[in-house]
Amino acid sequence: MLELSIKGSKKYYGLLTILAGIAGIGVLFFLYQLKEGLGITGMTRDVSWGFYIANFTYLVGVAAGGVMVVLPYYLHDYKAFGKITILGEFLAIGAIVMCLTFVLVDLGQPMRILNVWIYPSPNSVLFYDTIVLFGYLVLNLVIGWNVLQAERNGTHYQKWLKPVIILSIPWAISIHTVTAFLFCGLPGRGFWLTAVLAPRFLASAFAAGPSLLILLCLLLKKFTKFDPGKEQIQTLSKIVCYAIIINVFFFLCEVFVAFYSNIPEHMDHITYLFMGLHGHGVLVPWMWASAIFMLTGIILLVVPALRRNETTLIIACVVIIVGTWIDKGLGMISGGFVPNPLHHVSEYVPTFPEIVITLGIYAIGALAITVLFKMAVSVKEEVGSA
Amino acid sequence: MKSSRRGFLKITGATAVGLGSMQVAGSFASSGTDDSVATKTSKNSAALTAKHWAMVIDTRKFHSAEDLEPMIEACDKAHNIPKHDDKNHEIKWLWKDEFKHVFPTIDDTYLNDRIKHLPFLVLCNHCEEPACCRACPTQATFKRDDGIVLMDFHRCIGCRFCMAACPYGSRSFNFKDPRPAIKHMNPEFPTRMMGVVEKCNFCAERLAVGKMPACVEASKGAILFGDLKDSESNVRKALKENYTIRRKLQLGASPAVYYIV
Ligand code: SF4
Ligand code: SF4
Ligand code: SF4
Repeated sequence: MLELSIKGSKKYYGLLTILAGIAGIGVLFFLYQLKEGLGITGMTRDVSWGFYIANFTYLVGVAAGGVMVVLPYYLHDYKAFGKITILGEFLAIGAIVMCLTFVLVDLGQPMRILNVWIYPSPNSVLFYDTIVLFGYLVLNLVIGWNVLQAERNGTHYQKWLKPVIILSIPWAISIHTVTAFLFCGLPGRGFWLTAVLAPRFLASAFAAGPSLLILLCLLLKKFTKFDPGKEQIQTLSKIVCYAIIINVFFFLCEVFVAFYSNIPEHMDHITYLFMGLHGHGVLVPWMWASAIFMLTGIILLVVPALRRNETTLIIACVVIIVGTWIDKGLGMISGGFVPNPLHHVSEYVPTFPEIVITLGIYAIGALAITVLFKMAVSVKEEVGSA
Repeated sequence: MKSSRRGFLKITGATAVGLGSMQVAGSFASSGTDDSVATKTSKNSAALTAKHWAMVIDTRKFHSAEDLEPMIEACDKAHNIPKHDDKNHEIKWLWKDEFKHVFPTIDDTYLNDRIKHLPFLVLCNHCEEPACCRACPTQATFKRDDGIVLMDFHRCIGCRFCMAACPYGSRSFNFKDPRPAIKHMNPEFPTRMMGVVEKCNFCAERLAVGKMPACVEASKGAILFGDLKDSESNVRKALKENYTIRRKLQLGASPAVYYIV
């Protein structure tokens, strides 16, 4: 099937070239980082995780979000999604590729990555995280490939695949739960130390992932012969709507617990993010923007007329993607580190090389998704199910 | 290889770690899993040993920041601590801070004047339940049977999970190559490479050759170091006779560093 991904129009090749170019620049900056060390990033002794881990966390969510099309189709036999499940799975593959790359570039000694498996440490959540992420990548590759192949051959996919697909559903939940456990099990970080972190991660994932999928579907509709279908898009947008409301609800629960209990360790981080602390507050405008974005998204999706209108739906998806990215990317990571365990406030701002490397990784992911989507759409065009 | 090395570290108590896991790794690279090497080095009768090492800092003996300098300097010199210009990239094993930062959870508005303005020494607590070891995905940081929490600089992948996990901010990451920034090179102790985490090692390398920790030696009796499990030890006596506090006890990490206030 791979041959389908190399037979494309000029536009398709143009896109691939641009993405490869951005990825290439990212690689160059990564080589620079390898030589100079992580000192070229904005990370510090106090804020020891930054942009890379933030984007990693966000993209684990996008990957897990793919399950929102897989689950209704395979578990509830919701036929309409049959057309787009493959896109959900391929999006997940692209997202996981980015996640793993982000983890790699974040390491001080990336050449030693294999130590995680050479010295397996059952105490460490990071150990499990690498396992579930790799597992999810393999699951989606196997499922996506075989289902698409079957569609191309006009047959039903193999029998043994069904249990694998069912397995991939809880597995999707697990990748984001384990990723949340990276943070919420740490004793000295009041912002993360909350049982609602994993549920909140999932809620924001199920908003962000399907939002991105909607946008990608609409793009495909515009530029290829593939029509994802009105019903499909509408159902997805309802899923996004519920998920983003739950995400905001969880956040408000956090705010209540922190401020009603009046416990400083829990309040300080939220105060820092939204009001600033001891005169420091680079993230304040971002956090408010995120809040406004998410609320806007909710309004645009709750009102049926706006949800059905393609333009407002696109706006809703964009603001939700950006809003949850700020919330989970910028806020969640920096917020957890500021103030530090000794209650000093030192802020984090990503540097230029750090941003370029990040964009490079996004380009790698986009490249993978483009190629995979091309394959899926070509198969659908071939068999006339586009 | 893995278990024998780990065992080796435990037996020796350890010239091994002291001289840096670098050499440990090195010696095994040449000797394979030959245990005779381990036994030879482990028979260091001069080594100071304990069931559980602990430190008691008598803060009444300090009056100003200058009083703390000799200890910090002793540690820096003994362990080849680089001095980076950029505060963000600082490597700190032993440093000083105010009460409200060292003990943020028991800081008080109307605190005793002396304590309010007194600089306190800060270092790794060698926790009984170290969150850093729990988090580490490679066991590059681990707790020895005698309570000392150590680093294997050659195994560390630089993921900094331990830094996020440590509730005391005791760990530093080598954001850049530390070697050019080392002022006084101590050939007895390894330098680190870029991209790994480090912290106070309770001077395991000195204990292994019968010496007290560098900061203890430089403190002229203000810092006690001894066996927490020995009821006759100097630290136990000090704990019996004085009121001491430990950092963030509510987190359940159980620090091995006590402060007499
Ligand atoms: S103080 Fe921090 S680094 Fe030291 S043992 Fe405890 S958790 Fe680990
Ligand atoms: S930075 Fe090194 S010591 Fe710390 S958790 Fe990662 S591998 Fe372990
Ligand atoms: S015990 Fe040794 S390593 Fe730790 S602070 Fe004192 S001198 Fe430094």
